[in-house]
Parts: sequence; C-alpha cells; structure tokens
Amino acid sequence: MSLSLTPIADPTAPLARRNPVAKAGAALLFTLPLIATVDPFTPAAALAVELLVLPFFGVRPGLLLRRALPLLLSAAGILVTMILFAADRSGETLLSLGPIDVTTGVLSTAGALILRIFAIALPGIVVFATTDPTDLADALIQNAKAPARFAIGALAAFRLIPLLGQEWRTLTLARRARGVDAGHNPLARLRLFTSTAFALLVGALRRGVRLAVAMDARGFDAGTPRTHARRQHFTTPDTVLLLAAALTAATIITTAVVLGFFQPIVG
Amino acid sequence: MSDVRLRGFGWRHAGRRAWAVRGLDLDVRHGERVLLLGPSGAGKSTLLGALAGLLPEDSGESEGTIEIDGLDPRKARERVGIVFQDPQTQLVMARSGDDVAFGLENRGTPAGDIWPRVSDVLDRVGFPYSINRPTAMLSGGEAQRLALAGVLALRPGLLLLDEPTANLDPPGAALIRDAVARATGPETTLIIVEHRVAEVLPLVDRVVVLEPGGGVRADGAPEMIFAAYGDKLADEGVWVPGFGFPVLKSKSTSELLVRTEQATVTSRLAPVSMHAAAGEITAVTGPNGTGKSTLALLLGGLLAPDGGRVTAFGDRRPPHRWRATTLATRIGSVFQNPEHQFVTGRVTDELALGPRRIGRTSAETGRIVDELLHRLRLDRLADANPYTLSGGEARRLSVATALATAPRLLVLDEPTFGQDRRTWRELADLLAELRDDGHGIVAVTHDETFVRTLADRTVPLGEPAPDPLPRRSRP
Repeated sequence: MSLSLTPIADPTAPLARRNPVAKAGAALLFTLPLIATVDPFTPAAALAVELLVLPFFGVRPGLLLRRALPLLLSAAGILVTMILFAADRSGETLLSLGPIDVTTGVLSTAGALILRIFAIALPGIVVFATTDPTDLADALIQNAKAPARFAIGALAAFRLIPLLGQEWRTLTLARRARGVDAGHNPLARLRLFTSTAFALLVGALRRGVRLAVAMDARGFDAGTPRTHARRQHFTTPDTVLLLAAALTAATIITTAVVLGFFQPIVG
Repeated sequence: MSDVRLRGFGWRHAGRRAWAVRGLDLDVRHGERVLLLGPSGAGKSTLLGALAGLLPEDSGESEGTIEIDGLDPRKARERVGIVFQDPQTQLVMARSGDDVAFGLENRGTPAGDIWPRVSDVLDRVGFPYSINRPTAMLSGGEAQRLALAGVLALRPGLLLLDEPTANLDPPGAALIRDAVARATGPETTLIIVEHRVAEVLPLVDRVVVLEPGGGVRADGAPEMIFAAYGDKLADEGVWVPGFGFPVLKSKSTSELLVRTEQATVTSRLAPVSMHAAAGEITAVTGPNGTGKSTLALLLGGLLAPDGGRVTAFGDRRPPHRWRATTLATRIGSVFQNPEHQFVTGRVTDELALGPRRIGRTSAETGRIVDELLHRLRLDRLADANPYTLSGGEARRLSVATALATAPRLLVLDEPTFGQDRRTWRELADLLAELRDDGHGIVAVTHDETFVRTLADRTVPLGEPAPDPLPRRSRP
C-alpha cells in the first residue's frame, strides 16, 4: 500500500500549466452534464474529446494507464456483474453459458455504464496527475477564495498519508510477533483486519492532533490575514479553458438530444 | 527578547484529578537560557504548552498568573516559538522552503520579505539542501532542523524546546544542538526541557528543577544544582552527568539460538552473518540506514531474507515460515514504538493474549499475568488502557507482553530509546536478569551506555550498502 500522488506529467505542457482551479473547474464543468444521461453516445463522444485533448496535458500514457488501473478493474467487474445478473435480456443472443444468455442488450447496457465511468473519471485523474498538491491548495485559497483552514489543513493531512502504508506494515508484523495471525480462517482474518485498522486509526488521530498543535503554534488560523509566499495567477487562458469545457459539454449534450440518443437518468 | 513571570501558577487538565503543575513562582529574564528539569510527571511539558499559549481556556482549570512581557501567553503567541519531539508531525508542507514560509504567511509577513527570511534562517540552522528539497526525503535530524528553522523564522523572543532530540539518533541530536547554538543569539530567551542533561549543558546558563507535587525545588547555576541535588535527580530519572551504572556482564553462555548466514534484504540490509546464544546479550550497532531494524525483523521471524539463510532453534524451517503461535513461544520481538504492539484495551488483556493464543489454560494464564504485572511493576495499572500509559510504562508493558509466551530468545529494537534514567535502569536490570535465567537477548541499539553496561558481544553493521541498481528518480 503506497500512495504516490506526485504529478506524473510534463509541467510545461500547455494545459498542464494552467491554473489548478481552472483545471479542476473545467473537469467538473465538462463531466457534470454527463451524469444527466444514461445513453452510450454521450459518454463515448466525451471520451473521444478527452482523448483528443490528453496530449496537451503532457501525461505519459503508460503512467496514466497505471493510475487508471482501479478503473479498468471496476470496468471488468461491471462487465461480469452485468452478464451474470442483468434483468434486461433483450436483443439477440450472442452466447449461452448454461442458464446465462449473453445478449446484445446486456452488452450495450454494460458498455454504456463502463463508458460513463471512464468519461467521468478520466478528467479528474488527468487533472490530479498534472497538478502539484501545493499548487492546488495555493490556487484554491488565492483564486477560489477557499478558507486556508480547509485547504492547508487538507494539504497537511495529505502529507501524512504515505506514513499510513508504512504504519500498516509495522502493525501487521507486530501482531504476528504477538502470536496473532489469522491463518486461513476468513473470520479471524476479518477480525485481525479490523483490529489493525483500529490501531492505525488511533495512531493517525494522535498524529493529526500533534500536527494541529504544531500548526497552531506557528500562527495558523490565528485571525491574522495570511500573505502568500507563492503566487497563483488566474489569467485569460484559464477563463477560456473553463468556457471551452462548458461549451464542449453543452455541444455534446445538444447533439445527443438532436440525434435522439439522450436518455435522462430520472424519468 | 521576552520576560517570563509566573506567580502561583497552576494548571489542571479537564477531567483529571491531579494538577499537572501547581504553585509555581518563576521569573526568567530576557536572554536567559534555562534548562527545565524534573522527574516525569512534574508537568514540564504542560508548563511549556502554557507558555506557548497552547492550552485553551476551556481545556482545563488554571490558577495564579502566567505572563510573557506582561501579557497572557494566549495573547503573546507572536513572541513565542516552540519545537516539539517528533519532527514528522511538525512539518506541514511538501517542500522544505515552503514549510519555513508557512509560519511567515500565517503571521502576514509581506510576500516580498518571505523568501529572503527563509533562506537566511535556513543558513543559520545549517540546513544543507535547497528550498525545493522534499520534506519526505529528510532524515529525522534534518527534519527537526527544518522544524527549528520554521520556528526561528518568526523571530520569537522566547524559544521553547520540548525534548527536541528525544526522537533522534545521536548524530541527529548533535545536529539539533549545533543548530540551536548557531541560530539563537543573546536576543532570544531559551527554555529547554530535556533529560539528557550532559548534551545540552553547553546551551544553558541556568537550571530550574520542578517538584512533582508543585512548585520549584531548585533554581540556579548548573554546577551548583548538580552538586546539591544530583543524586536525587539521578534517582528520579534525570540523566545527570557523572552518574554511571555498574557493568552487568554475562556469567556463562550456552546453546546457539539463532544464526544468520549472509542473510540480506534487497536495498535494506547488506549480507550479515551473526548468531545469538542463550545466556548472552548481543548488541547490534551501526549508523542509521545500515538495516539494524531490518536485521531485528529477520531474527524475529517477521521478515523473509531475500538472500542467505536464517535458522533458529534447530528447526529445519526458517523462522519466518513458522506459525505465529510457534514463533511467539520461541522468539519474542519488542518493537521500537510500544504502541504498535498493543492489541487490546486493557493491560491485563494485553498480557493474557499471548498465553491464550498458545493454548495455556485460564488458570495458567492468570498466574502468568499476575507474575508479570508484579515483576514489571504494572500492578497499579492492571485495568488501564495501554494507549494511556506513559512512555516508560508502555515500554515495560511491551517487554512484558513479549515475555508472556516464555520465548527463549528476545529481540528488542532500541529498547532504551528516549527513556529516562530510571526506566533505563529498570530495563537494564530486567534484561540482565533474563539473561542470567538463560534467555538469549539481541538488542538493536545506538545507546552507548547500553552497549558498555550490558552487551556481551557487539555486531557492528557497516556503512549503508550502495543501491544495487542506480536509483530511478520518479518524475
């Protein structure tokens, strides 16, 4: 369990170096409308647009793929679940596995779901892969007027995350040393997992409290107006990025409606 | 420059019956450098917290007055800086320079002044890297230097140091003392809490000893204080210079318990061949990064070697393949941080866990628990939650839990680390006693006193092994 969340992109790529708030905002503006519909056309079109702009973020494809691995796994999971349990078995039967009929209807529903997940998650993954957490916190405070208490607090907590992985390994070894292991008993495994997780949580809380006190002692959130050591600028290209994201999303949705693909998620 | 003035000051944490400090009269004039001493539980850390303005009014009850330059400390926070024990929980930002800038931003320092002040203070504490150095890549001593720089950047009139070297190895601790000496001039009032007295004496010109029941026991120049109160302080756990320990060496060794042959762990431990026998204490020493703790895990049957062999107790199977219950009856491991080993919510349950796991009857378990409670002076704490114990108590409990399953071999990682002199003494006596009962003991340590007093054999680990592959820097 190791979390590496440092940027994996070329920081000079034209879109990667946009203001972090603009990038995050654009990702939101672009993906939120996608939630409104359940048809396969809309996410497919959105995904096509996303893949087209990807080179401008300077993300290395291999690293992106690794970052998106959980997504691929969940896609596989959805496919299996849908094939086994989908209620709607309309369409042509392609394959019969005993009692299970794999029909075109099942595959298209599963396909639409998988496309949706990718289309919605990819922009978020790309934005975080191309953004330094410190820059994001700075931009949230300076450009989005987020409270420093929240942005810096989250940043500080974030810095402690890699410690958790190390701590988990130590706790597991320490339990074995005490004569506690689960062997092959699933119930014992669950109990061991719970008790280790609890110990991890207790440790994390204590560290969090100590960190908060140390931050207090250095004048954090004491009411004095903060100054900024690092400037984040929100410029015209950032506004353009936001507008472009909103416009593209609107165009895709409109096209879906005009072509008759649009299927609202409610009703 | 700041003056400190306390008159009958006392503080009781909410929900506690006893006062943490009470009846304290104390004046510290600007530019003075004070070492604050007292047995554990005398309220030293509470006093520093109060001076730093970190005790909110609703978190306890106070009496008397406490003033910094005539102000309530909660209103004088801009004049005070404090450095705590653990460097990991004092650093906020991902890059070193940003971390020093953090406090300056909070205080509203004009943006144009921030970076000159950052580089100035980093020079003063002797920070060896650029401002872009990731804080995650710093050693403990370097991280603590950075924490000190972050506090000094705010130019406090009063600097408080709460055992700033307790979590560091000797070279790291030396770095911090050196940085304090370099970076604080006569314009800074200094109050240090530290029980390793000899090392900090060059930094101070006055010693104040707190009385556990309340008030000040002694106050004056270091030589005078130690001449008059040295033996009592040493008994109470303060590492007073000049008080040694009798050497306790093994009388006879017997059979071999564990042996490694060129055992190695990739990028953590270079091949090591060593052994440990019953009836002797083996100390594993060496600088940080040589894999001492990794070797302890190998010997403890908690980690598989990537190369070479570990054999123990004449078993054909290597220790890391044993079932946990078998392991616990043969090898007991004590980790550096006792809290990592606690599994239950009560001291007695903690001691009973091992014996129950290995199938002792409840009568036998009860007997083992009672004996250990008594032997390690934990009787009074039988129903306490292990997480609420003091450092010394938690250490004793973690050793007791390892003993509960009666292993012949004990492997301890830095058992005496950060302990006061009294706990140290108790541990040393206990380990010597266990050895004379026929246990084999391996201790990973950088405590020279421990090696001199107890170790029958030393296994020094060498320079950190160079990486087998050139390290690929992650972009």
